[in-house]
Amino acid sequence: MGIELKMPALSPTMEEGTLAKWLVKVGDEVKSGDILAEIETDKATMEFEAVDEGVIGAILVPEGTEGVKVGTVIATIGGEGEAAAPAPAAAPAPVAEAAPSVAAERPAASPRKADPEVPAGTNMKTSTVREALRDAMAEEMRRDPRVFVMGEEVAQYQGAYKVTQGLLDEFGPKRVIDTPITEYGFAGIGTGAAMGGLRPVVEFMTFNFAMQAIDHIINSAAKTNYMSGGQMRCPVVFRGPNGAASRVGAQHSQNYGPWYANVPGLVVIAPYDASDAKGLLKAAIRSEDPVVFLENELIYGRSFELPELDDHVLPIGKARIMREGRDVTIVSYSIGVGLALEAAEVLAGEGIDAEVLDLRTLRPLDREAVLTSLAKTNRLVVAEEGWPQCSIASEIMAICMEDGFDHLDAPVLRVCDEDVPLPYAANLEKAALIDAGRIAAAVRKVCYH
Amino acid sequence: MAKSASSRKAPAKAAAGDENFALRSLQDAFEADRRYAASDEELLHFYEQMVLIRRFEEKAGQLYGLGLIGGFCHLYIGQEAVAVGLQSALAPGKDSVITGYRDHGHMLAYGIDPKVIMAELTGRDAGISRGKGGSMHMFSTEHKFYGGHGIVGAQVPLGAGLAFAHKYNEDGGVCMAYFGDGAANQGQVYEAFNMAALWQLPVVFVVENNGYAMGTAVTRGSAETHFYRRGTAFRIPGMSVNGMDVLEVRAAANVALDYVRAGNGPVLMELQTYRYRGHSMSDPAKYRTREEVQEMREKHDPIDAAKAELAARGVAEDKLKEIDKRIRAQVAESADFAENSPEPEMHDLYTDVLVESY
Repeated sequence: MGIELKMPALSPTMEEGTLAKWLVKVGDEVKSGDILAEIETDKATMEFEAVDEGVIGAILVPEGTEGVKVGTVIATIGGEGEAAAPAPAAAPAPVAEAAPSVAAERPAASPRKADPEVPAGTNMKTSTVREALRDAMAEEMRRDPRVFVMGEEVAQYQGAYKVTQGLLDEFGPKRVIDTPITEYGFAGIGTGAAMGGLRPVVEFMTFNFAMQAIDHIINSAAKTNYMSGGQMRCPVVFRGPNGAASRVGAQHSQNYGPWYANVPGLVVIAPYDASDAKGLLKAAIRSEDPVVFLENELIYGRSFELPELDDHVLPIGKARIMREGRDVTIVSYSIGVGLALEAAEVLAGEGIDAEVLDLRTLRPLDREAVLTSLAKTNRLVVAEEGWPQCSIASEIMAICMEDGFDHLDAPVLRVCDEDVPLPYAANLEKAALIDAGRIAAAVRKVCYH
Repeated sequence: MAKSASSRKAPAKAAAGDENFALRSLQDAFEADRRYAASDEELLHFYEQMVLIRRFEEKAGQLYGLGLIGGFCHLYIGQEAVAVGLQSALAPGKDSVITGYRDHGHMLAYGIDPKVIMAELTGRDAGISRGKGGSMHMFSTEHKFYGGHGIVGAQVPLGAGLAFAHKYNEDGGVCMAYFGDGAANQGQVYEAFNMAALWQLPVVFVVENNGYAMGTAVTRGSAETHFYRRGTAFRIPGMSVNGMDVLEVRAAANVALDYVRAGNGPVLMELQTYRYRGHSMSDPAKYRTREEVQEMREKHDPIDAAKAELAARGVAEDKLKEIDKRIRAQVAESADFAENSPEPEMHDLYTDVLVESY
């Protein structure tokens, strides 16, 4: 019997890929280690090697096919000494169950409230968050020769998560700089270059690794303008994925939003969709202040509408109503916004009309937007993919207590991750992370449903 | 099963042959001509700058004792020849300087007004950081003096970043990044060495080895106490310099700067020096003997040495006395200014947190 070759999962977040190129044809004899095909994943183009020996019996997915689900049978190999098995019918292979957090995070179908910052009637195109971020950097690099990008694998490798794809080709090695694996060092060099008048965009492969560099982010970048009486600016952007990814365990899964949002002197941005990712990254690069720009790996590949504007720059420090509602406000940011929108859809079916507010910027926090929405709905839930103690959720609750108390018809509740390091096992990981169900349950509670 | 396509590329080009690497080449050049041939005028100028730093720091110590200066205050007394000798070789407005928290001397050596430095020490609105930085956090972008950093070793990658900007802007500038023998044990220093050498950044790394990392003698804290050798692993040439002789320091600076300005990448200089005072004003200095300090003061003092050399050259003693007098008046004036300037306005508590309004 032949061996089925299935579309491999080549990254923790890969659900499907492009079969870019076959390097073998039917009838070829292959042995272990031979390269059979090139597969383009959400992160990179990878080579697919043979594990078994035999003769290629059938190629079931032609090269150039996009969106091939992980687990799909793409070819068969006849066993050693065996005639190539006849090609089985290309039945759709069982699609591997997507990572729970990803599945739960699909955009809701409900009409979204348009961003008031985008002029009405603007043409929209579809873009992934990944492309939006790359385009933001490319546009700012074209606009300002002081802007450069540095980080691990940003240039030749085209970005560990492909966010910097194509930048090296356009801007060359002077402005797109691969660093050694040395976060503390290159965060310091980026900060120093900003002090020296440049506009560095420092990519951390993930913000988990930025803990090695946090001294420069806080002590060197955030405080210098104040300590120098306004003389020495530090217009640097630190960016990269933040928060839980998928099945990468505790050391690679943490939301640093509350850490950085605690620090005066920093601007902290955590966008959800492609339009905000682009518009706010461009604003971050132009800002005279040091910015921590927190992305999310699980959203990189998601497509959203993106305004087709020559210069799409959004204001820092302004929250955005993603869905209007009368009964309750769900405040969130980053990946939590998608979950909150999903919860709002479920709740709408139950007669609860929820407003979803995306904070977008964590410092300076848009207190006004939170309080205005609270004054309208009188009930509030915070949804945050992160730990509960000393969180953005805690801060929103404090704001509601301090300045919104008279508007509250119920205690504010928060839905956060479980207060444990993130486990690896799929069931435990799923149990530890927030989801739409838990957000909806909290909303029912504050609505006394 | 799968691996990155890029990993199949040919291995990186092997490092250049060792014949091209001469750790000691700069040291050899320096030793061939160890002392800078200063004119009388130049030496007088060095003398004046060193005396200014000495008197300024003595006055700062007094004001600290009177409670006019608070917090940490790290005096530069004994180390004056280092900043004066090195920075005399730099081009102000073109080359940048960055250092740690023992920063008063480097600012004075770069021609920054003692009044605004002293007023910063007393926390006044007229201070160079408007009273919001203090002794350890002072900056003058106008002079390309980039601080004044309170975290031990942080200024080393920051300095490499300033050098990165010089190179990126092709402005011909060099960054001089000072740090102490204590900071030399911080990991980030070596991260910066690696990238500075890899990218051939125009930076002179300067270890001011004053013998003690706070209270820990170098032999108790460092496996390799010849700090100039510590760039070897990164192919950075090192220089070992007597930091108590301003002309020797200047001669070494010229060799180092010629090398860096030619686009060869960084140099690591070790300046052997000594601080007469404690690590900070609150240091009881129980880790060394009074005799040791006395020996350095009496036999190796950089100001005494310069004075003796000027006398030997036949420069009139009156000229030196006149300088001393002028400096004393200047320092007294800066102290008066610092004492009598108003404190910052209360609203300044909230200014300069962010540059922009959002």
